[in-house]
Amino acid sequence: MITLEHVYWLTGLMMAGVAIVNWRDRSNPRRFNNTAFWGIYAITFLAGSHLPDLANGSLVIGMVLVASIRGLGQGKHESATREEREASARRWGNKLFIPALAIPFITVLGTILFKRITMDGAPVVDLKQVTVISLAIATLVALATGMIMLRPPLFAPIREARRLLDAVGWAAVLPQMLAALGALFAIAGVGNVVSGLAQRWIPLDNPFVVVSTYAVGMAAFTIIMGNAFAAFPVMTAGIGLPLIVQKFGGDPTVMAAIGMLSGFCGTLMTPMAANFNIVPTALLELPDENAVIKVQIPTALMLLGANILLMNFLVFRR
Amino acid sequence: MLSLIGIVIVVIGFVLRINPLLVVMIAGIATGIASGLGPLEVVAAFGKAFITSRYVAIVWLVLPVIGLLEHAGLKERARAVVAGLRGATTSRILLAYFAIRQITAALGLTSLGGHPQMVRPLIAPMAEGAAENQYGELPTSTRYRIRAHAAAVDNIALFFGEDIFIAIGSILLIKGFLDQNGIHVEPTQLAIWAVPTAICAFVIHCTRLVLLDRRLRMELGQKSEQA
Repeated sequence: MITLEHVYWLTGLMMAGVAIVNWRDRSNPRRFNNTAFWGIYAITFLAGSHLPDLANGSLVIGMVLVASIRGLGQGKHESATREEREASARRWGNKLFIPALAIPFITVLGTILFKRITMDGAPVVDLKQVTVISLAIATLVALATGMIMLRPPLFAPIREARRLLDAVGWAAVLPQMLAALGALFAIAGVGNVVSGLAQRWIPLDNPFVVVSTYAVGMAAFTIIMGNAFAAFPVMTAGIGLPLIVQKFGGDPTVMAAIGMLSGFCGTLMTPMAANFNIVPTALLELPDENAVIKVQIPTALMLLGANILLMNFLVFRR
Repeated sequence: MLSLIGIVIVVIGFVLRINPLLVVMIAGIATGIASGLGPLEVVAAFGKAFITSRYVAIVWLVLPVIGLLEHAGLKERARAVVAGLRGATTSRILLAYFAIRQITAALGLTSLGGHPQMVRPLIAPMAEGAAENQYGELPTSTRYRIRAHAAAVDNIALFFGEDIFIAIGSILLIKGFLDQNGIHVEPTQLAIWAVPTAICAFVIHCTRLVLLDRRLRMELGQKSEQA
């Protein structure tokens, strides 16, 4: 059976390849820092499941120190000039879209088909992780298609991966770091402290004020934690269930559905949701790392207002 | 109260623009120590949490093939396709992507999109290409604004589409949490009550995208008339 562990090995091999390409690139004055950073990251994928927690924690500290104190660099050369790429684009035409669109297409197909395929009565892939495993398989199929079609040098894909990954830099690891921070917040009980503060300071004797506090609290707590899933249990146990449902008789289904979506408004406004908001600025080579958040804030605020009104009208309707 | 120190460190760190990896690590260590863990226990807890969150990094597996295709001119081709479409504007392309992304997410097909797979190689170049066709060479700031909008469309359409699908993580989390508290709800009911917000998200953001086209026309249209 294919499990998440196999996908981690594949990711680890790619990171190791990126480290090696960096090591050989003399045009990057900080090439050894990049090698160390991606090399350690590779180890966390290849061996992380078997190392003790303390060793893994030390590896993470090593990566953070290399990235923040020594700093990462970037090689100088562009992979191809604009003229070369335009000529190549004319030559290949729309065929170039085939491998690119194969990734989402095969991922979706995999999530549907793997649930039905069994071998000797057992599923071929770990069904709990079917989307992630399908994505990994889809990238391999797309890569094979691209290699057969374009016939580039054998190591071209890893060199290109290095170019893109170094353009993203340390931001590539930030979502994972924030997930780890969220786990420590949970151990320390940060959520309960925050909802305790909200209950103490906000007058909660009017249904509209309670609904507004719950929705705004979901958004605000999501901004702090970077994840609406972390905010939902805290705010719903602290304000939603005792006040909206029990005191004012609101419908828990409406409250929960719109409450979660109010949290998503917070996700649009926070650098803590790095994979949605910070990583794309690096991928799209935007100099302002808050550029995506700035575009999203007006929509997020208007939608939060809409959610408050919707919840106020729908939650007490019976 | 002391356990909130991590939040304070994160806010200060982001405001002072210190390297976020360092800020997050210090915030994590401070939070752990404030809650009574020893230094080695904190490092171990951090390591364990980092290892269990590795799945968020798997999306980087797309980079070798995306890089290869970019080398072969994928972005240039995406722009050329837009150049051949009559009536294509930045807003219309982003509107079309918003609609497709939100509808497919509502059907549970959340992986039909994403920043490394779709936005960088295809959607952002198409949206930029449409503006180039209309107004010629774009100022850098406009280019950046269009790209940021392309990334935002992917996020907003995903967030406010996926909750209409009953088997998505957030619906399951809501159901699990309410079950624990003795309230039993149907996932289909939760999904239905996500629809009004989804419609609001579509109306609000698509209005803003239409205004984006108008703004581009006001800023760049005049420039091309002068030239």
